[in-house]
Amino acid sequence: MEHLTQDQWALSVGVFLPLVGVAVMMFIPRTEEQLHKLVALVTAAATLAVGIYTLVQFDYDQAEKLQFYVNERWIDVIDSRYIMGLDGMSLPLYILSMVVTLLVIVYSWDHIPSPGNPKAFLILMLVLQVGMAGTFVAQDLILFFVFFEVVLLPMYFMIGVWGGEQRKYASIKFFLYTLFGSALMLVAFIATYFQTGAESFSIEFLIANGSDIARTTQLWIFAGMFIGFAVKVPMFPFHTWLPDAHTQAPTQGSVILAAILLKLGTYGFIRIAIPVLPDAAEEWAPWIGLLAVIGIIYGALCCLAQTDMKRLIAFSSVAHMGFVMLGIATLTPFGFNAAIFGMVAHGLITGMLFFIAGSVKERYHTLEIRRLSGLLKQTPRMAWLLGLCTMASLGLPGLAGFWGEFPAILSAYNPAAGLPEETFRTFMVIAAIGTVLAAGYLLWLYQRAAFGEPTEEFVHDHHIHDMVLPEYLAWTPLVIGIIVLGVYPNLLFEVMDPAVNVALSAFGG
Amino acid sequence: MHAALLAFEQPTIDYHALAPEIVLAAGLVVVLLVDLFVDETRKWLVGTLTGLVLLGSLVPIATLALEGDTRVMFGGGYVVDDFSLVLKALFVIAGYVVVLLSTTYIEEGDYYEGEYFFLLGTSVLGMVMMASSRDLVSIFIALEFLSIPSYLLAAWRKRDVKSNEAGVKYLLLGVFSSALMLYGMSLLYGVAGSTLLVDIAAALREGADPIVAVAILFVVVGFAFKVSAVPFHTWAPDTYEGAPTPVTAFLSVASKAAGFVALITLVFVAFPDQKEVWQPLFWVLSALTMTVGNLLALRQTNIVRMLAYSSIAQGGFILMPLAVVGESPEAARDALTAVVTYLIVYAAMNLGAFAVVLIVARKTRSGEIASFGGLLQYAPGLAVCMTIFLFSLAGIPPLGGWIAKFAVFKSLLAAGGGWAVGLAVIGGLNSVIALYYYAGVARQMWMEPVPDGDDTPIRVPAPLGAALVLTVTATLVIGVLPNIVLRFGDLTELVALP
Repeated sequence: MEHLTQDQWALSVGVFLPLVGVAVMMFIPRTEEQLHKLVALVTAAATLAVGIYTLVQFDYDQAEKLQFYVNERWIDVIDSRYIMGLDGMSLPLYILSMVVTLLVIVYSWDHIPSPGNPKAFLILMLVLQVGMAGTFVAQDLILFFVFFEVVLLPMYFMIGVWGGEQRKYASIKFFLYTLFGSALMLVAFIATYFQTGAESFSIEFLIANGSDIARTTQLWIFAGMFIGFAVKVPMFPFHTWLPDAHTQAPTQGSVILAAILLKLGTYGFIRIAIPVLPDAAEEWAPWIGLLAVIGIIYGALCCLAQTDMKRLIAFSSVAHMGFVMLGIATLTPFGFNAAIFGMVAHGLITGMLFFIAGSVKERYHTLEIRRLSGLLKQTPRMAWLLGLCTMASLGLPGLAGFWGEFPAILSAYNPAAGLPEETFRTFMVIAAIGTVLAAGYLLWLYQRAAFGEPTEEFVHDHHIHDMVLPEYLAWTPLVIGIIVLGVYPNLLFEVMDPAVNVALSAFGG
Repeated sequence: MHAALLAFEQPTIDYHALAPEIVLAAGLVVVLLVDLFVDETRKWLVGTLTGLVLLGSLVPIATLALEGDTRVMFGGGYVVDDFSLVLKALFVIAGYVVVLLSTTYIEEGDYYEGEYFFLLGTSVLGMVMMASSRDLVSIFIALEFLSIPSYLLAAWRKRDVKSNEAGVKYLLLGVFSSALMLYGMSLLYGVAGSTLLVDIAAALREGADPIVAVAILFVVVGFAFKVSAVPFHTWAPDTYEGAPTPVTAFLSVASKAAGFVALITLVFVAFPDQKEVWQPLFWVLSALTMTVGNLLALRQTNIVRMLAYSSIAQGGFILMPLAVVGESPEAARDALTAVVTYLIVYAAMNLGAFAVVLIVARKTRSGEIASFGGLLQYAPGLAVCMTIFLFSLAGIPPLGGWIAKFAVFKSLLAAGGGWAVGLAVIGGLNSVIALYYYAGVARQMWMEPVPDGDDTPIRVPAPLGAALVLTVTATLVIGVLPNIVLRFGDLTELVALP
């Protein structure tokens, strides 16, 4: 396999640059809060600058190839190497992680959640960024695994220290679920390594040789990877950590969790599980599709029953990730494209929704939907944005959400050869019903929260004000992203499509 | 035959090969003499000197390693190969870190200083000998050499009933296990007519004898006490809690490692053909040890007791590869790598955790996990270090512990087969259980308020600070660049033949 080796430093610098900021911040006393924010902001901006450099240097005509490719010695004894590379599938998610981290740090300028301590908070955020970006560019299973796990600790502390009332319960639940999944995933990785002749952990090598593994063995290995990734996505029935984690996490944590962390799971499916084990993927696909549509309907029904805005958004993630997984389960390039688009769109939209929920909570000290009313009167600009995001989230054409949801449904009409067509068409119908439910719960939320008159208890509350500068700065790029991708989705599809076709080459894609 | 036995032949002594032991022995005599002649106010000299002696013995270890030859002495009873050098270095460095941990504790606690460091050094010498022993007699002598000083050290807080209990329990069970082991060894000698491990292996190759199984069982069980494998672990929590905390660190890291070294030597060199005897034994010991250790650790409220049970559970992890050693040469090689790697990483992270416990206890005067509440508020550096050690023990990348756990899982899957995979699954579940109690301590430090609201900062004495820097650096560097330790762990074989 050919690689492009332009600017070999770019990915390593892009991934590890935040650690420089961390090192600097460690030597600044905790009381210098503004300085910490400034250093974190500069670090995140510099990281994004490196990211934009890769975006510019990326050869879009050869998006199917791994670019900025590095292959260095790392752990000889276990044949694991430091391999990094970026292709069209990774690029959007890699950049998204940098953008979201920067925006979250901008938002943190005057929104450090209780109990304060911006030093620790921002250091964790930067460490988190290392793990997220690294996962999307690692091309060696062990390297991937390490980055995949690096995000655990910062997120655990972010929820546990800066979270809501139930934060201790939510944080340990998040940690235990993910660790359980990744233990099985690791066992599956090692099994893959041995089954392909114990030569290399390189993802490319395993893709080239994985299809030779006996079918029944593949099924078992896939099951291990499946649980690891499915917990992270999360797919029904492994999703129960998500509502707690999302609801209890501080705003910044929820945003990162929704925008990036969940994608680590879906990305694992398209980068590793399916290309490496094509036979098993084919066998498992209908079941993945089934769990995906159950997730769509179940998530939507749960949303309808929620009384807390943040919890509602959390459950809507379960539903949205259901669409992504349905697209993946079709094993078609069309479905994969839809899935990656869905990941990016969900990242932008749900990230934005959590931002708004956080700002609402800050002003009203509650997210109970029936106590909120008349947001449009009290905080008109924020309420308009909430409107835009709910529309985007329910898949209104012209906004980004549409291009994640609609093609995913459509792709189920024509699954890859070898998959049961009727089953997938049934899934398609169920998923379509899911979009109706989505419209239902989102519009209902908007209606209850934004329309009408402000309630008695808040109408004379002078602390309630409209958006402030850090919010404008943090949210504008996301809104622009939602609209631009909604109007011109090809921007993303063009980049992803060649790489997706390579990933699916085992299926005659 | 008779004449050959009687004739005494002067063995040729390779002084370079024995240099680490000689440096240690001579140095310790100097330590003892210095202790006699310095007055009470300058007893700190003794500790410093012991530290220097330990570091000094690293020099010959390094020269031997650079030379790279395998040196065999005393007809194959004492061998200096890569395996032994790596472990000697580990014991000496772990001993040095324990000296650092002890200095302030012993000084402030008004205990005998000179004797303490002398006994500590002697115990390390026993471990260093253990790494080279390839003969039943030298193994036994090394074992007693390292054990007897530690019985005394465990009871060092002699005005404290718990410490006395610790010492007595450790002594009684230690002696009991030695007796078991000796009985097994005598049977082996009876069968093989030699105490050399290679000769025993040759003799056992000729045919299965039920007596051999009994002998192996006794020897393994004897060492199972030493590595506190369930159900032979009952002494460990009480001894660990009662002993002075630096001694606990020493016992749970260095003594335990020495026990594993002996087990590996025996399995690889003496009983390679009896896998049907010891593989199931290790399988059961390993599964029981990690499960029981973890489940009991969940219930602990005292940090040292928690670390005691955690160390039992970690021992179960280290035993895992031994359950598949005999499957194939590749499996044996992977298992050896896994065990050695685990011992190295475990030493760094566990000693580090004890360093933090010691530092925090100087302020809080408490061993309760709750006394760690709010540590992040008033001692963020310590809290972060402890977090690193705990999650490294839990095996979370990119902290050192992950590569150790990884090596263990890899060795199991390399062997393949239902039993190996079954044990790997038990191990996986146990990692999840273990995370819960490690995270429990982290939760106290990060998420709970400071008990009594006393948030005066903590002063870190220089030796403890040095120990902390050493261990935290090792834990992080090993995690990010595992090649460093895996290279040492990548031993092709244990050299045994004369």
